[in-house]
Formats: sequence, C-alpha cells, structure tokens
Amino acid sequence: MDQFIDLTLNGLSQGAVYAALALSLVIIYQATRVVNFAQPALALISVYIAYTVSQATGSYWLGFGAALATGLVLGAATERLLIRPVHGRSPLNAIIVTLGLLLVLQGLAGMIWTNEPHSFGYPMDYRGRFSAADWFALGSVGTAALLLFGLYRFTPLGLRMRAAAFRPEAARLSGVRVGLMLTAGWAIASVIGALAGMLAAPPFIFPNVLDEVFIFAIAAAVVGGLENPFGALAGGVLLGLGMSYVSGYAGPELTTLAALAILVVVLSIRPDGLFSRPTARKV
Amino acid sequence: MVSLSDHESTSRDGGPGGAAPAPTLGDRWRALPALVRFPLAAVAAFAAIVALTSVTGPTADLRIGSVGYYMLAIAGLQLLIGYSGQISLGHGAFMFIGAYTVALLVLNQPALPLWLNMIITVVLSCGAGLLVGAATARLHGPYLAGATLALAVGLPSLTVRYPELLGGSNGLAFSTRGAPASLAGVVTDTQWQAAAVWLTTLIGLVVLATISAGRLGRRMRALRDDESAAGLAGIPVGRTKVIAFVISAGAGGLAGACQAYLLGTATPSSFGVTLSLSLLAALVLGGLGSMWGAFFGAVALVYIELWGEDLAHALSLDSNVANNLPIVFFGVLLILIILVWPRGLHGMASSLAGSVRRGR
Repeated sequence: MDQFIDLTLNGLSQGAVYAALALSLVIIYQATRVVNFAQPALALISVYIAYTVSQATGSYWLGFGAALATGLVLGAATERLLIRPVHGRSPLNAIIVTLGLLLVLQGLAGMIWTNEPHSFGYPMDYRGRFSAADWFALGSVGTAALLLFGLYRFTPLGLRMRAAAFRPEAARLSGVRVGLMLTAGWAIASVIGALAGMLAAPPFIFPNVLDEVFIFAIAAAVVGGLENPFGALAGGVLLGLGMSYVSGYAGPELTTLAALAILVVVLSIRPDGLFSRPTARKV
Repeated sequence: MVSLSDHESTSRDGGPGGAAPAPTLGDRWRALPALVRFPLAAVAAFAAIVALTSVTGPTADLRIGSVGYYMLAIAGLQLLIGYSGQISLGHGAFMFIGAYTVALLVLNQPALPLWLNMIITVVLSCGAGLLVGAATARLHGPYLAGATLALAVGLPSLTVRYPELLGGSNGLAFSTRGAPASLAGVVTDTQWQAAAVWLTTLIGLVVLATISAGRLGRRMRALRDDESAAGLAGIPVGRTKVIAFVISAGAGGLAGACQAYLLGTATPSSFGVTLSLSLLAALVLGGLGSMWGAFFGAVALVYIELWGEDLAHALSLDSNVANNLPIVFFGVLLILIILVWPRGLHGMASSLAGSVRRGR
C-alpha cells in the first residue's frame, strides 16, 4: 500500500508537468489548428536562459522569471515570423515549419551551451515522499491553469481570443484584431511551456532533455482531445499516474510503451480524445 | 502524378541536339504500360549505380548505399503521407523492426541467404504495419501523428527491456558475407553491399511506383483529398488506409534491413525520434506527392550532413558549433523550403525544367 501511495504521488507531480506542456499545445491548437512541435525547443531555450541568468545572479527566481519572459517573446515571435505565412495552407506545412524550428533551436542550444549536461537545480527541497518541489510543481501548474481559465472566461482579452480562434471572420467584423489575438495565444502557450520546462529539466539540462517529456505531453493532449484545455490537464494526470504505476510495478523501461498503450486504448474508444465533442461536417 | 516518366522525358529533352524528336520519345516512353516502364527505369538506375560505384572508393560506396535505403524508407512514407494523406511521425519504428529482424536472423540463422532474410523482414514489418494501421485507422491528422510519435519512442525501449535477446543499449553487431569468392578481384565488398542495397531499393520502388500509379494509388489520392467524398464514391476508406500503412511499413522495414546490412549493426539510438522526423523532413524537402521527391530527399539527408561536416572542418569551427551545424542547417532549409517553395526540391526541379523547355 505504501508503494501505491508513493507511485500515486509521484505520478501526480509528473503528470502536472505533462499537463502543463499539453495545455500549451492545446491552446495553440485551439487558436491556429497547428500542433506546435517546436514547443519543447521553445521551452528548452527558456530553461537555458534561466540557467544563464541564475548562474549570473545566483538567484533561482530571477532565472524563473527570465524563463517565462523568454517563453513569451519566443512564442509571439514564432507565430509572427513563421506560422502566419503558412497559416491556412495544408496542415502538414505548419507541422513541418515547427519541426524545422525544433531542429534549429535544439542545434543552436547545442552550439551556445554545448551538448554536455549542465547541472540545473530544483527551486526547493526535492527529497522525501512528496517533497516541496513536488508541491511546487503541482501548485504552479494548478495556478497557471486557474489563471488561464480566468483569462478566457472573465476578461475582455480572453473573450477576444476565443472569438478570434472560433469565428475569425465574425471577430474581425466586430473589430477584434484577429492576428494580434493569435500571437497572444502563442505567447501565453509558450509561457506555460516554459513553466513545464522549468519543472521538467532538473537535475540536468542538455539539448534533448525535454524530448521524452514532450512525447508524453503530446500523448496527454491527444488523449484529452486536442481541442479541450481540461482534457489536456486530465490527460496529463492520467498519463502521469498510468506511467508511474507501470514503472513501479512492471519496470521503468516500459513507461513509453505504456504511454502508447494508454493512447491506443483511449483513442480506439474515442478517436478524438476523451473530452471532445463529436463534430458534424458538411460534405 | 508518378513522375518517373517526367524525369525521363526532361532528361531526354535536355539531351544533346535533340530539339524536335525529343518530345515524341518522351511521349512514347510515357505511353508504355507502368509494368514495363518502371522495371526498365529501375534496370537503368541499377546500371548507373554499378557504374558509379565502380569508380568510387569504399566510403563513397557506403554513402551511396545509404542514399538507397533512405530513399526506400522515404518512398514508403511518400505513399502513406503524400498519397493517402496519413501523417506518420513514427516511421523510424518500422526501420527499427527491419534492422533488428535482419540482425537477429544473421546472428541466429547464419545459413539463411540475404534475400530470404529480406523477404522475412518485409513480411514481419508488414505484419507490424497491419497491427499499427488497424489500431490507428480511425485516427486522423494530429491524433495519428501523436500516436505514431509515441510508437517511435516506445519501440526502441524494448531493447533495454530484453537485453539478452536485443543487446540492450549497445545493440547487436554482426558481420555479413561480402562479395562472393568468384567475384573476388572484380568487385570490392563495399561495392557489392551498395549494389545489393540498391537492388533491394529499386525492387521496392518499382512495387511502390506501380501501386501508386494503379487503382489503389488513385483510391489513396481520393482519400487524401476528401475522405468523406471518397467514402461516398464507394471507396472502402478504412481498408485503403490500412493497406497504405501496411505497404509503407513494409518499405520502412526493408529500408531498416538494408541499413543494418550496410552498417553491420542495429542499435536503438539510431532509431530515435530524430530518425522519424528526419524521414518526414526529407520527404517534404524532396517534394510531396511524387516518387522523385523521395530521391531528392534521400540525397539531401545523406549529403547535407556530410557537407555540414566538411564546412565545419574548412572553417575550423568550435566543435560545439560544428557538431550542431548539420541539424541547424537542415532545420533552416526545411523552414525556407516550406515558406518559399512548398512543393519541395522536386517541384523546384520540374518548374526549372519547364521554364527551360518553354524558353527554347
């Protein structure tokens, strides 16, 4: 029973990280119909900036702030410079552009900070059954989700962003600057991505550190249904728990296969994810 | 759409002195039935490869061989993505299956000839493709991409789970017979290997090209353009999707088998996400929707990395910069191609050829 509780707690804190990254994918997918494969690279650069800033100033929290700010800028720049020109063409084009960006940023990270791992600390104590660092992960992702919900639900900016995503033409006619709203969506998503990166990277940071986390995040987003932020959160937690149990009871090498199994089982029952509404389409 | 013929006609058009009769030759070539045309083109290509490797050294032979197997894998992906419109980000997984099948067969059944190993590989990877295809047939777009990506990451971790059988993270190393003794002075081992890989590749390509030129190919393209309309027109949507997946998995497995044969090893690290993404990138770089795109993509994949290394040497760059130069270059190229020339290198080549023809 003790092991079960440990695995559950561990799964929850891991799941929070997947949920945050999945959330960042879903926000972008909702707004622009693009799965942003460059998300782990945007987060990676943010974490490296945090590393550099904390090294220079000696403060984890200054680095943390720098990471979020970097995420904001990178997300907005990506939408403006790379996604807008291919927007509305085939979905594959946008996927390829983000894959290209992924390669470029990972390569640049290797060039600037080398491919060797640097040690990168936790914000607080990470030892023990459910450590302060675990609480921090769960708490910060929960806070981010609540803030996001508040933004979309209760602020004029959120309303405009939703309008721009769901009815771009109607929104434009009502005076919403649709392009600006899409940029804002990418920026917010990349801030959440940067948060996920900060939680996922310790104890070491190297150019491929977020690859595996990203795979689980995309699995979480798909399981939850790419259109639904709550689905992303639930998918992240589901995946975190499932993989923690598999890792604990069956062996850690099987975690990625477990993610695949969860994905296949969920999608064969609901091909558009757990929390998607069935869509009708004109032929 | 299948432009083996396009290229034949342009190369003949561009031949010395052939202004007036050239189009008729091209037309006559295109009028040949696919079952004659593709094998003829393959025989010509094989002769060209044998001629080419007879003047190059061992390193270049291996590189020519790698262009071959990458081309096969990318052509299989072309059939899946470019023709049937299903995005797979996990095709490296089938190359993984192919490579490990050959490695296990050579290690455990050394008496079996290579061609039989290849056939067993194709059967096994088609079987794997059937499983995956059937499990994912109802998925579309990003959902399929996510599921296949998880496959690409999950499968190689099996090697760590079963280290006695699959060699753990070091993988399996084996040696194959080189050129037969009777040809000892005539061809070198690497020439023989490159020729074997290209023979396999070309046979695979003939099959892929024939399929995509035929009824099944038309069905796939109808599916890609509009799934609901294709269904209404009586095309069995699910079955066609699964068949495309099976064929494409077979090509991927065979490509992996060729890679293992060429390198003499199968290691999990060479079948990571990077491989799957590189295959997709090369496909788009070469050009979607044409089998020639696979050729350009494979050449780009092998030689861009090489040029990157040479360039880094020439400029005597810092090793951190040098190691990461090819990947950055590849990424930049990918973005530029999509932004500036969405039809890829093949589209670029054919519109250049078109403007040359018009200009004359």
